[in-house]
Order: sequence, then C-alpha cells, then structure tokens
Amino acid sequence: MTVSYYPGCTLKTKAKNLDLYARKCAEALGIALEEIPEWQCCGGCYPVAKDEIATKLSSVRALAAAKEKGQTLVTVCSACHNVIKRVNHDMQTDEEIRDKVNRYRAPDEPYEGETNVLHYIEMLRDLVGFDKIKEKVVNPLAGKKIAAYYGCLLLRPGKVMAFDNPENPSILEDFIRALGAEPVLYPARNECCGGYLTLEDPEIPKKRSETVLQSAQNHGAEVVTTACPLCLYNLQKNGGSEIPVVYITELLAEALGLK
Amino acid sequence: MEQNNFKETVLRISGVNPKKCMRCGKCSGACPNYDEMEFHPHQFVSMVENGEIEKLMTSPSVYKCLTCFACVERCPRQVEPAKLIEAVRLCVIRQAGQNHLKPDQIPEMLDEDLPQQAIVSAFRKFTK
Ligand code: SF4
Ligand code: SF4
Repeated sequence: MTVSYYPGCTLKTKAKNLDLYARKCAEALGIALEEIPEWQCCGGCYPVAKDEIATKLSSVRALAAAKEKGQTLVTVCSACHNVIKRVNHDMQTDEEIRDKVNRYRAPDEPYEGETNVLHYIEMLRDLVGFDKIKEKVVNPLAGKKIAAYYGCLLLRPGKVMAFDNPENPSILEDFIRALGAEPVLYPARNECCGGYLTLEDPEIPKKRSETVLQSAQNHGAEVVTTACPLCLYNLQKNGGSEIPVVYITELLAEALGLK
Repeated sequence: MEQNNFKETVLRISGVNPKKCMRCGKCSGACPNYDEMEFHPHQFVSMVENGEIEKLMTSPSVYKCLTCFACVERCPRQVEPAKLIEAVRLCVIRQAGQNHLKPDQIPEMLDEDLPQQAIVSAFRKFTK
C-alpha cells in the first residue's frame, strides 16, 4: 500500500531519526511512504484565528497533493500532524475559510477536506495492525518499562484530532505492548512540556518538563517515548533527568531488528 | 483603535462567545502555566466580555500561553479561552512595529539541539 508522506522541516534536520526509522519500518511493514514533492513547512503551530488564510495554505497544498493521488496523508511529527489535521477540519467545516483558500489557490477542482489524514501511529494501528507488528517483532523489548508521552498536539482539541480519548489515551500503550514492552501509565502523560516558550523563557519548560519526567519516573518508567521533536528536546534539555527519551519510530525499529 | 473595535475584532477572529462562560474556573485550574500569568484564562474570558481588551493587550500574559489547549478541552461550556488569548495577542502583534520576537534575537537563543519546530512555532505565535 502506498500513502502520501509529509515529513516536515525538523525531520530533515534535528529529528532525522524520527524520519529515518519511520521510513525503514514502514517499508518492512509493507507500506510505501511517498514523500509529497515540494511540501512546505506547516508553520509548527496551527493558526488559530478564523481570519488566518495564508498561514493555512502550506497544509492545504499538501492535503490537495494527497487528494490528487487518491492517497491517505501520513505525518509523523506531532506538530505537523496537529496543524495539518486541524486545517483539514477547517476545510471540511468552515465555509468561509474553505471559500477564501480555494479562491486564493484557484485550483481546477476545489479542495474540500477530502483527504484522510493519519498520524504514523494511527497508520500502524489501522493500516498495518498492532497484531501484525507483534508478529514481526524479532527483538521484543521484554521487561522494558516504557512511558508514552502524548503531550498536547496529538490529542487536543479532542473533537478535531479524533486521535484517542484526550484525557485517558491508550493507543501508544497498545503500541508499546505490541513491541513486547510494558507500558507505564502516569498522570502527566498528556500535559504540556512547555513547548516553544523554551526560546525566550526556558524556566517555564523546565518546570513543565520536570513535572512530566518526575511523574513518569515515579511510576517506574525506564524510557520515555514521544513523536514530537520539541517534546523530546524539552524533556531532554529541560527535564532535569537522565532518563532516555526516544522517538516512537526508534523503539519500533529496535523491536523489528532494523536499528 | 477604540476599545469597542478591539472587542469586536477579538470576538470575530476568535469565534468565541464569552457569554457562554459560567465562571467555573476549570480552564484556569487546567492551565499548566497558571502561575506565570498575570491574567488567567477565565479572566481573559470575563475581561473580553467587559471590553477590557487593552489591559490584556499590555499584559505579558499574552506571551505566556503555551497553546496546549487544556483550557479548551476541559471547559464544560465549550468557551475555548485559548482562542481569545490568541486573538488578543494578534491585536497586539498585527500592529505596525509590535512584533514580540525579532529575527535578530534568534542567534543568541539557539543551541545545537534546538529543533527548527521551536523557532517556526515561536515566530507564528509572536510575529506578523
Ligand atoms: S492553552 Fe494557554 S491558557 Fe489554555 S491551558 Fe494551555 S497554556 Fe493555559
Ligand atoms: S472553564 Fe469554561 S465555563 Fe469555566 S470559567 Fe473557563 S471558560 Fe468559563
């Protein structure tokens, strides 16, 4: 099966392992990730204001490119996923935004939110199946206590992202179980790491990321996993702990014997 | 711009109806950055309703929101306070010369691990 793939800027630079192992594992699991040609940066944060049009165009271009090929659009960075999924929701539900975007782009065929957008982990669950992944595991991460860190971007707003129960998610824990490891449940797994404020006021992400890691470690975590490069940075840099923080695709590659 | 115009702009670009708020405070209870904010999420809602937009616009609180959307998720009345905070911030930075983050500040903020995502996100939030 072939899907359209939107890697995003950070996966080409600071988060190369998130991208590299996403590709390797998808291939091993029978999914071809076809990178969207000439994709543009999503902007990192969804443009919340209703009158923001230009800032939504890069997402719409990616969505429309996938539609043209009749493919599902797969993202792996949590931030890209949040932006693209929410812009797609606008194109489906907000007539004014849809109208303005389509007038601006003047395509032969207007884009109306037709593309199905999946995060890589949803792709693993829905297009591959966690059962099938379990069968393909050659190096089970047995006995490893892994804490999934969801953060904000995969889950909220819950109605739009439709990723999982925003207050009590389980998809990443199911994924961890499929790899043979033991998921660690902890209260801060869907709390914020402090995000982009690390740029001008690192004290804020310090407090937030320390809270997350302490919560995970108090519940027995030996490893923390995330799909977001900024979460990974904050947890590692501002989390005040030496606990390893790795990308979900790194865990998958390790279990599949690809790393 | 007069106060009324700011209120109108905030309501229009946020799409929020502050009158739906029942003052339960759950948004502020959910806010991970509550301690750092002079005005808290529930106050943004009531102050926008009262037209006290300029007071909010001059407060550092507009730059403290993490856009984590916890207040949006947990509000029992679907008021969406984070969208109001965004709209108030935009009222500031859309004015000429009011960018909160300038490109020449970036080099001193960098370290070798900082992901590009942090920079583009901060620009989207703080600069027009
Ligand atoms: S979106 Fe902003 S105001 Fe709302 S809970 Fe998060 S940090 Fe607080
Ligand atoms: S949670 Fe909603 S209803 Fe309660 S104070 Fe905040 S905005 Fe108002």
